[in-house]
Amino acid sequence: MSTVTLRIWRGTEDEGSFEEYSIERNPGMVVLDAVHKVQAEQAPDLACRWNCKAGKCGSCSAEINGMPKLMCMTRLDDLPEDKPIMVQPLKTFRTIKDLVTDVSWNYAVKKKIKPFKPRKPDAPDGTWRMKQVDVERVQEFRKCIECFLCQDVCHVLRDHEKYDEFIGPRFLIYTAGLEMNPLDTEDRISDLKKRDGIGYCNITKCCTVVCPEHIKITDNGIIPMKERVVDEFYDPLTRLFRIFKPSKKSKAEESS
Amino acid sequence: MARQDIPLEQVSVGVTARKDNWWIKPLLVFLGFSTFIVYSTWAAFQNADYFFNGNGAQYLSPFYSPLLYGQADAHPVFGTEHPAWWPGWLPFSPALLILWAPGGFRFTCYYYRGAYYKSFWLDPPACAVGEPRKGYRGEQKLPLILQNIHRYFLYVALLFIVILTYDAVISFIFVNPDGTKSFGIGIGSFVITINVILLSGYTLGCHSFRHMVGGKLDCFSKNPVRAKSWECVTCLNSKHMTWAWFSLFWVGFTDLYVRLCAAGIWTDWRIL
Repeated sequence: MSTVTLRIWRGTEDEGSFEEYSIERNPGMVVLDAVHKVQAEQAPDLACRWNCKAGKCGSCSAEINGMPKLMCMTRLDDLPEDKPIMVQPLKTFRTIKDLVTDVSWNYAVKKKIKPFKPRKPDAPDGTWRMKQVDVERVQEFRKCIECFLCQDVCHVLRDHEKYDEFIGPRFLIYTAGLEMNPLDTEDRISDLKKRDGIGYCNITKCCTVVCPEHIKITDNGIIPMKERVVDEFYDPLTRLFRIFKPSKKSKAEESS
Repeated sequence: MARQDIPLEQVSVGVTARKDNWWIKPLLVFLGFSTFIVYSTWAAFQNADYFFNGNGAQYLSPFYSPLLYGQADAHPVFGTEHPAWWPGWLPFSPALLILWAPGGFRFTCYYYRGAYYKSFWLDPPACAVGEPRKGYRGEQKLPLILQNIHRYFLYVALLFIVILTYDAVISFIFVNPDGTKSFGIGIGSFVITINVILLSGYTLGCHSFRHMVGGKLDCFSKNPVRAKSWECVTCLNSKHMTWAWFSLFWVGFTDLYVRLCAAGIWTDWRIL
């Protein structure tokens, strides 16, 4: 049976190094299996976060050979065999220990986004009626497993550390999902421009590339939101038409 | 178990732990765009060989269409003399009067923006690869906030599609020696028609167009026509990059074809 060498980051944000471990390679092994084998046989104090092993919980996010990926969905067969496999924590977030990072910033960002605010119920029993065609766009964004790989790869956070000015692709599509929801009456366009920094996104589509759920984050979420920001702030013609056809925000204000 | 000291941070340009050939794609994009920019600039300043009328053909280069001022047999809109207000220090070419529109449309296009930010600005050079600059303004502030003008270039680009469609139709009408006109097909007819098809696929798949036709709606079921339009544009939009590259290559090739035919270097074979 062949062996595989892993070069795993050991340490914290401030202090640490890559350490090499060689293990036996089993057929069908994924990187998470390999890390668990290292943990079981050579480094019981190796810290890594995991849960479902099925690509649905978003816990085992890491950088494998420099690219943000889920460890449980990355097969060793798909990686070059002649070089050690580099496994390191998400660069964008503070490393707590080894492969475990502190992603709590994301939860704080999510709390700031205006929540779902539905229109008055359609039926006397307090329920709404929606057609499938109206929810399909939103359903794509609901596939997100919050692995934060898109947040990690986004250079606005990764390289420029705009944590205070930019919410990142995950929360841009979260906002898009709320904004495009036909039941929702809240207006978040102004926040997107002024507080959430949608203008910092320069559409390099790295978030789409790394998304394990294959959500078209940029094309279906961020760019449509950028266009709505243009409608609201940069397009004088659209603003002129608004005089005759008020926006969702205006309607909501009227109804309230 | 061996220890190796490699920094976790990757802060300078090109530094990455990626082991694939990540630099190939941005390099190809850089070479592709640069080649087109150099060729189109050269072609725009030529002010010659933009109209081919050999064997009765009527092929106008897309770089010069609509022809506002130019040679009489190409039927310019305003005449053969260049406008009096044209600055003396700048060589005149009718292409310079119109190329700002398709150029601006492509420059502000969402696909191209992402591509040239990577290949020319290295911002970033590729995903998870270090950048040269620490400061970053993105499209949040000037000057790149002006990219939001894209939809206005779209309106002009849609008009250009109509004009180039007219050129494609004209490319199937040949002038006989006695001055009458008849239907015909030359290789150039196909070249010019493919050009307008590719440009239409690119323009009608634009993200701003997608937003305009239906993307701005939250409730599709109340607007079935716009919902269907949005679906069609979405279909084109899903291959926007492919349309962008093929149309870019072909518009350059169409100019080259007309130019070489007009210069007598290539022969336009008449099929019908």
